[in-house]
Amino acid sequence: MNAAPLSKVYPLPDPLPLDSGQALEGCEIAYETYGTLADDKSNAVLVCHALTGDQYLASPHPITGKPGWWERMVGPGKPIDTDRHFVICANVIGSCMGSSGPASPAPDGAPYAMRFPVITIRDMVRGLVALLDGLGIDRLHAVVGGSMGGMQALSLAANWPTRAARVLVIASTARHSAQNIAFHEVGRQAIMADPAWAEGDYYAADAKPDNGLAVARMAAHITYLSEAGLTEKFGRRLQDREAKGFGFDAEFQVESYLRYQGSGFTRRFDANSYLYITRAMDYFDIAEEHGGKLADAFAGSQARFCIVSFDTDWLYPTAESRHVVHALNAAGAKVSFVELSAPNGHDSFLLEHDQLDRVVKGFVE
Amino acid sequence: MSLRPDLAAIAAHVTPGSRVLDIGCGDGALMAELENASGCDARGMELDGALVERCVSRGLSVVQGDANLDLANYPDKAFDYAILSQTLQTAIRPDLMLDELLRVGRRAFVSFPNFAHWRTRAALLVGGRMPVTRALPVSWYETQNIHHVTIEDFRELAKAKGARIERAWFFANEQQIGAPAANWRAEFAVFELSR
Repeated sequence: MNAAPLSKVYPLPDPLPLDSGQALEGCEIAYETYGTLADDKSNAVLVCHALTGDQYLASPHPITGKPGWWERMVGPGKPIDTDRHFVICANVIGSCMGSSGPASPAPDGAPYAMRFPVITIRDMVRGLVALLDGLGIDRLHAVVGGSMGGMQALSLAANWPTRAARVLVIASTARHSAQNIAFHEVGRQAIMADPAWAEGDYYAADAKPDNGLAVARMAAHITYLSEAGLTEKFGRRLQDREAKGFGFDAEFQVESYLRYQGSGFTRRFDANSYLYITRAMDYFDIAEEHGGKLADAFAGSQARFCIVSFDTDWLYPTAESRHVVHALNAAGAKVSFVELSAPNGHDSFLLEHDQLDRVVKGFVE
Repeated sequence: MSLRPDLAAIAAHVTPGSRVLDIGCGDGALMAELENASGCDARGMELDGALVERCVSRGLSVVQGDANLDLANYPDKAFDYAILSQTLQTAIRPDLMLDELLRVGRRAFVSFPNFAHWRTRAALLVGGRMPVTRALPVSWYETQNIHHVTIEDFRELAKAKGARIERAWFFANEQQIGAPAANWRAEFAVFELSR
């Protein structure tokens, strides 16, 4: 599962302290970079990835062979221009593409599995900050992220306020809602109900909890799309058949699509990582970390913020972005906010969107 | 860059280096002028997402929001100036918006088209129709101006709100004109208020 030979790996010199009170020994961060770091190290842009994302931001994924997940946004002459900026994307801890996670070997040599400590979004960011320290980058030109990546960007701004001059948060939130937690719990229960999960201890076994992980992905995938988008793409159309079969095959196109998404996901993602990262997201509540008042998290911040939401995103709806904007206003921070119109729900941040491109380009420049 | 006359008057009278909130900032022309020429820390609010996008892409800090609702989220006296240009007459409750302006800003600039300009009066008196003039170019059924106001009405509202009129500027034919008979002669007015 840790087959990501192309990435550079930074071994943290010190144990990584965690919000749980534990510390992660021998922590490694796998990362990719694009462009050239300026001599004064002033042109670094950190892009943070989403739940099931990875460091292959603008280069092919080593397992799937697919293009980088934000190649349309990052590259030479793109909105995040690698001719000008040195772009860093690192796999978060807890994940499975080369950074330390439940599939990594514990000090005893066996995979951590469920012995891996429960982590938070702030822990992930602590790992990213350690990487920046290792690269000698004191202050980022910008930190950018969508979805869980946006949570990391906000967490960096709140907890390491001097480390980024610009903070761009797309389709994200400052806290996980009950509904967000509920959907994640469905996914976790699907994984843990798979007999092959075996209390997380499946790394040496023949079977992995692929069925459970696929169901988790299917449920989550629905939340990434809009009702209108699903209707337009699939409607009630049947898959490879003229009439209903009175059975339980994937008769509808939407069923077939979800099954395909689910099984494809199991090829590149570790079920235990899914448990750990969703848990980290569920724990996320920046206000709670700062005495219950979100504005206090950003008090005195000198960074410029840009918050972007999509009108059809019901996973992290515009109201959540506005909540962040209001807190930033109350803190006196420099903030921009725009709600963009897009048909495809939460996933819109990854898709073609000229207005998003212009906002990102204008803000990051 | 040439600013609209009311915006130019505001830009010329904002103390350099001030913190400014431009409500209904449009494409950010005034904000850019205040930041570049006066070293101000300018923030904007704009309802139209396409205009917000233009502001953000030129490096301005603008929040997409509805001034009728979202001013409530700013702390008291968060700004040296709150600016409301050509927007008061579109407010659901102009009186409450004026209160909010003077709450979030130590001072406020308000500009608006004067409904008592002689052309407007003539259109109504002679033509018997809702005026469509250079200053008010949109028909009654599609205009966003739901609360037309005259210079005298505004003075009275300011008085009722306990707001002090610090200065005022009047415009006709894109030129500044004198105060005498402004309520007849001015197409636009700009007031600077404090409380």
